[in-house]
Amino acid sequence: MAKLVYEYILIRYGELTTKGKNKKDFIKRLADNMKLALSDFPALVFERTRDHIYIHLNGTDPDRLIPVLKKVFGIRSFAKTLKVDNDIEAIIQAGKDIMEGKEGTFKVIAKRANKNFEISSDKVNRMVASEILKNHGPALKVDVHNPDYKLIVEIREKNTYLMAETHLGAQGFPVGVGAKAMLMLSGGIDSPVAGYLMMKRGVEIECIHYASMPYTSLEALNKVKELTRLISVYQGQIRLHIIPFTETQLQIYRVCDESYAITMMRRMMYRLAQRLAEKRRCLAIVNGESIGQVASQTLESMAVISDAADMPVIRPCATMDKLEIINIAKQIGTYETSILPYEDCCTIFTPKNPVTKPKKEKCQWYEEKYDFEPFLQKALENVETLIINPATRSAENEDLF
Amino acid sequence: MYTYFDYSSTTPVNDDVLNTYFKVLKKYYVNSDSIYPRGVEVYNLMEKAREKTASLLNVLAKEVIFTCSGSEANNLAIKGTALKRMSYGKHIIASNVEHSSVENSLKWLKEYLGFEVTYLPVNQQGVIETADLIKALREDTILVTVMYVNNESGAVMPIEEIKRIVRKYPACYLHCDCVQAVGKIDFDLTDIDLASISAHKIYGLKGSGVLVKKQHVQIAEVISGGQQEFHLRGGTSNAAANIVFAKTLRLALEAFKANKDRIIQYHDYLLQELKKLDKVVINSPEDGCPAVVNFSCLTVTSQVMMNALSLKGFEVSASSTCDSSLNISRVIAQMYQQPERLQGTIRVSISHLHVLEDIKKLIEAIRECVEEYG
Repeated sequence: MAKLVYEYILIRYGELTTKGKNKKDFIKRLADNMKLALSDFPALVFERTRDHIYIHLNGTDPDRLIPVLKKVFGIRSFAKTLKVDNDIEAIIQAGKDIMEGKEGTFKVIAKRANKNFEISSDKVNRMVASEILKNHGPALKVDVHNPDYKLIVEIREKNTYLMAETHLGAQGFPVGVGAKAMLMLSGGIDSPVAGYLMMKRGVEIECIHYASMPYTSLEALNKVKELTRLISVYQGQIRLHIIPFTETQLQIYRVCDESYAITMMRRMMYRLAQRLAEKRRCLAIVNGESIGQVASQTLESMAVISDAADMPVIRPCATMDKLEIINIAKQIGTYETSILPYEDCCTIFTPKNPVTKPKKEKCQWYEEKYDFEPFLQKALENVETLIINPATRSAENEDLF
Repeated sequence: MYTYFDYSSTTPVNDDVLNTYFKVLKKYYVNSDSIYPRGVEVYNLMEKAREKTASLLNVLAKEVIFTCSGSEANNLAIKGTALKRMSYGKHIIASNVEHSSVENSLKWLKEYLGFEVTYLPVNQQGVIETADLIKALREDTILVTVMYVNNESGAVMPIEEIKRIVRKYPACYLHCDCVQAVGKIDFDLTDIDLASISAHKIYGLKGSGVLVKKQHVQIAEVISGGQQEFHLRGGTSNAAANIVFAKTLRLALEAFKANKDRIIQYHDYLLQELKKLDKVVINSPEDGCPAVVNFSCLTVTSQVMMNALSLKGFEVSASSTCDSSLNISRVIAQMYQQPERLQGTIRVSISHLHVLEDIKKLIEAIRECVEEYG
């Protein structure tokens, strides 16, 4: 038999269904995000209905879309789907075709939304299953409790839809339905994960990276660009702001006690993040801090550092163990880039004994005595902004390959 | 003017590959491991080539190791596995028609490290019997190495069945020498742990190859050195060659797809005409790789036939070019015993660069040689 040609992919929404009157906007955003993610496949046509989105394949191999769709937030599940007439012979034939070549256990689940269809769901189940057993047994057996394949037969008004393999989507909300936030992206393991988790809740992100050239290398910067590229698949493209931080950092080391250097540095970072966020109309600052992970991430430190910004600071990784964060990093493919051993601005000049319980008053004293404002101004004036998308790297020097 | 019929031995460099190579070599000469921006740029280009190569082969980028030849890839796969995994066993299984780089790596392991090798015979179709493989596998077998396509007979080994059998022995790796398969037949690296590929057999550069090593596979390095190629192959990276490998492979796979039917047509025509000749027998199996036709004239020795065809302007070979110091074909000798047949083997290899007229002229020349010297 020739390879089975699927006509559709059926997309089921996630939490959207709970969203009442905003539902329409959400669905539109989801469809737009999918179109952007699938822009390499020009033949696709998207059809929105109240309960589903259908992607008309028009000859595109559906298996090539699966890895892409798995990264679009707002999808609960999706499945390759066959459409046939509301005719029992056609339904049986389609069921046989779908199950051809599969091994294991299965169950037929008919749903008769169209009650005018003359055969009961239960009878459809039995008719389809017995024909499959006749043709593909003993490779396939029926198991109604825990089947490997659920062959779903949806009999609707005009047509019947069949699907056997349902893929779990990325869940969450479509990126863009929940305003925008500024992610502090260091190059470590945690911050890309924090960005991913924000996007999963529908929040679009921009990234700020603090570069301390020449104390940090070009490779460190390239690593951050690569991390941005890796997480950009979830929202199509990401703005990366690279902010020169060397002079601010040197000033801190010149005037502050070594044990307070990190705390002071983080306060300056928050200030820069907030100003850039306001300019870019972001409503919150996001970072990868996890409680107790390092000296600057104790609750006491967080309190003193957050004091420098009056914008909400969201820390999606705050309560996660390192291993939990690593698992997500591996799953989204950023881990191996994150662990490349290049120094970033947090790892150079590391003090021997950083303070774990800093005092807010002491920080304020430093900030009153020494004016950091000119340094921050200069850094903001020299920010470099890049727009990065999943294909950024692959587009360069393409003629060589 | 010669008409070249020895594409299994090597191939002319594709113009596009060569131009890109010049460009890369001139512009990106800095060491790819240097940390200044231009070094990083070369490194990134090489890593991009690795990704592109991987995606063409349906493997991961970290599974692609650039080497300087197919032979080196074979050495690294076999010796690397043996050195790393001796503690699991010292038994290896191979077909008895492997390329000399496999064959002699195995000899080396036997001689210097006391390995035991079981050689599986091939039948008259030039392929191993899977029953023999099942019989030969033991608890201490750490490697099965079988080539995808034989370089002399064109026989295509039953790799899918071999995969299924070896998969049942989780401690045993499967290595396939894919040098003669890439660009000539459809191949699938799923469930193959180690696979060797050479660039110059697919219209690329001499001195360039790839070993695919799946991520779960552990091997020892054979050339010790720096951190290049995941510490598995020391030596300053041949960045320019590695960068153009991706393009070489892409173009070869595209050419295969576009010209598959034409090659089959030439193959079938050549076979049909050779069969008409008196005293000529075909050594290649019917279902072999269409790019290779091996035959013998029972009344003319290989040497005479090659010389005579050279005079008429055709370049063919008698056996593998890598074994050309031998008098008779080692591979065909495993398939047939008749001395006249073995003394007269000729390998013709066909390319998409040929036109039907080339094949017709070759046939005519062979016919004349048989008549004149037979």
